[in-house]
Amino acid sequence: MDPRVNIFRTLLRIRLVEEAVAEHYTRWKMRCPVHLSIGQEAAAVGVCSMLRREDRVMSGHRSHAHYLAKGGDLRRMLLEIHGKSSGCSGGRGGSMHLVDLDAGFHGAVPIVGSTIPIAVGLAFADKLAGRDNVTAVFFGEGATEEGVFCESLNFAALHGLRVLFVCENNLYSVYSPMEVRQPVERSITGLASAHGVGASQADGNDVDIVRGVAEKALRGVAVSPAPKLLLLDTYRWREHCGHGFDNHIGYRTEEEYLAWRERDPVRMLRERLVAEGLLTKGVEDALSSEIGCEIAEAFEEAEGASFPRAEALFENVT
Amino acid sequence: MTDETAVVGGGRVLTGAEAIREGTAEAMRCDPRVVIMGLGVPDPKGIFGTTLGLQEEFGARRVFDIPCSENAVTGIAVGMALNGFRPILTHQRVDFALLSVEQIVNQAAKWHYMFGGKMRVPMVIRMIVGRGWGQGPQHSQALHAWFAHVPGLKVVLPVFPQDSRDLLLLSVQDDDPVIFIEHRWLHGVRGRFDAGEPGLPLGRAAVLREGKDVTIAAFSTMVLEALEAAKRLDADGISAEVIDMRCARPLDTETLLASVRKTGCFVAADIGAGCCGLASELVSLVARGAHTALRAAPDAITLPESPTPTSPALSAVFYPRAPHVVTSVRRMLGLSVDPDIFSVPEGVELDKPDPAFTGPF
Repeated sequence: MDPRVNIFRTLLRIRLVEEAVAEHYTRWKMRCPVHLSIGQEAAAVGVCSMLRREDRVMSGHRSHAHYLAKGGDLRRMLLEIHGKSSGCSGGRGGSMHLVDLDAGFHGAVPIVGSTIPIAVGLAFADKLAGRDNVTAVFFGEGATEEGVFCESLNFAALHGLRVLFVCENNLYSVYSPMEVRQPVERSITGLASAHGVGASQADGNDVDIVRGVAEKALRGVAVSPAPKLLLLDTYRWREHCGHGFDNHIGYRTEEEYLAWRERDPVRMLRERLVAEGLLTKGVEDALSSEIGCEIAEAFEEAEGASFPRAEALFENVT
Repeated sequence: MTDETAVVGGGRVLTGAEAIREGTAEAMRCDPRVVIMGLGVPDPKGIFGTTLGLQEEFGARRVFDIPCSENAVTGIAVGMALNGFRPILTHQRVDFALLSVEQIVNQAAKWHYMFGGKMRVPMVIRMIVGRGWGQGPQHSQALHAWFAHVPGLKVVLPVFPQDSRDLLLLSVQDDDPVIFIEHRWLHGVRGRFDAGEPGLPLGRAAVLREGKDVTIAAFSTMVLEALEAAKRLDADGISAEVIDMRCARPLDTETLLASVRKTGCFVAADIGAGCCGLASELVSLVARGAHTALRAAPDAITLPESPTPTSPALSAVFYPRAPHVVTSVRRMLGLSVDPDIFSVPEGVELDKPDPAFTGPF
């Protein structure tokens, strides 16, 4: 398969998984909050496609795309969201605590910004141990308002760590817009460079562009160990938390939403690949069908799997 | 506080600070994964002497200073622990560690559990409780109860030099995060010190003195006050059993209840505040687990419900001492209390750990 068709497949797979989560959600079998990645897939896929398997990824509350893009096991993710004992976190974490160490996905937590220093710690340990793994940490623009973000930038720059800070700016922290949270004249890339961390901003909905900036940043990290920051502009389509849409509640306009939908990461790559003659309707249908089967099987398994036993309440309690 | 713990006889005699330094060096010699980091760790004063010489022996890769970023550095230590290291993180006061409570409580404590046992966080966070010489509201808080409230954390409070070293070694060897609460006044207290295997495991209390009339269970410096009280009670024919709890989580309920079942009277003494504190927790355990053995209502000796005052005149009346313990026990036994019991002997200054001390901390 052409590498960019494979990228398309990964984008499409994440989209279809997330749509399936949304569709299945009203069966009320997934009894945990879900923060869907629909609309933001290109940032995850673009960055992770440039990482090696041994490189590390961490994320926050909206982590499904990052987990899947890094190669996290889909079955174990859906089992986890269903609270089952064979989930990736044994049913103790749910959607907000995904992990797949074999894939290099080292965990995600919903406290905004909290995995940023932990990712820096992974990278610091790699440096002390003489390993060249890169650690990429995904977070939203809201996390740049946390003090720990600046503390982490400072530490990573001080020690020359191989950290890729990936900020997805989707314009809203829950329902609070940028203008009530950050001064317009001060950029997030400026925050990074003020801490000695090289930063670049790019269209986070265009996976080719994301791959380009990620490659450039990673090449720099490989030559001279130092952290980099990527600021990727993107947009969440669905409600902050849950399976539905929330444009009607009045924090953003339908026009803004529709304008961003025009910039659908999946469609943008699809149209480009079709124009370049790399993707046909037949190939896409085959991909959709194969992915659809995988998702259907994973849901069937997740819904049918067993819950943790009551006696396991204290498992892994120290 | 008098030098109650100096022991004549075999073995070396070290201060609490020297014992912590020895324990750290031992842990680092045994295990190359152990690193120590914190504000001032390699500086000329070396965290009150507890880290002096470590960078010279183990190098700057394993012994290093940090930026003033308590929260991030705690997260960084979590990441290092997840990735093959066993960090010891130091805070010169408990109060500074509050900047990192998010990483301690939400992350370090939960990581093993919430990812289904896939990862462990072997790290030790040293926090020092200040006292006296005007430490005041933000340099003297004893908040071990906060951390003991959280499943996933272990909380230890060594008293004697030997135990400081033993509990430090056990904490470093533990696969889970341990909050290591040191009292600044115990850094200068001298006591017997032997290398070798730690005596008691983490989570076990130590019966320091056996008795039959009353059980006094205490944490940190209140253990020394309890021992002094027991000596004074003994002079009046009252036999007190003194338990050094050593750990606030896990709590050694078994040792506690066995003692109370024997003596029938109970006093808890803690260095923290009373409300929702460790002394209340011990009283609760005794009330639930040994109430039929009790001959009198149990008592809890704690700090007054106020922030720590700075003025020496106020700090002198702020901290409970041996006379408070004696008073509690005598009242419990229906005995009279000497009205002059709280008077301070000539030359004793209550805002200093010992007469030789001239401040500042």
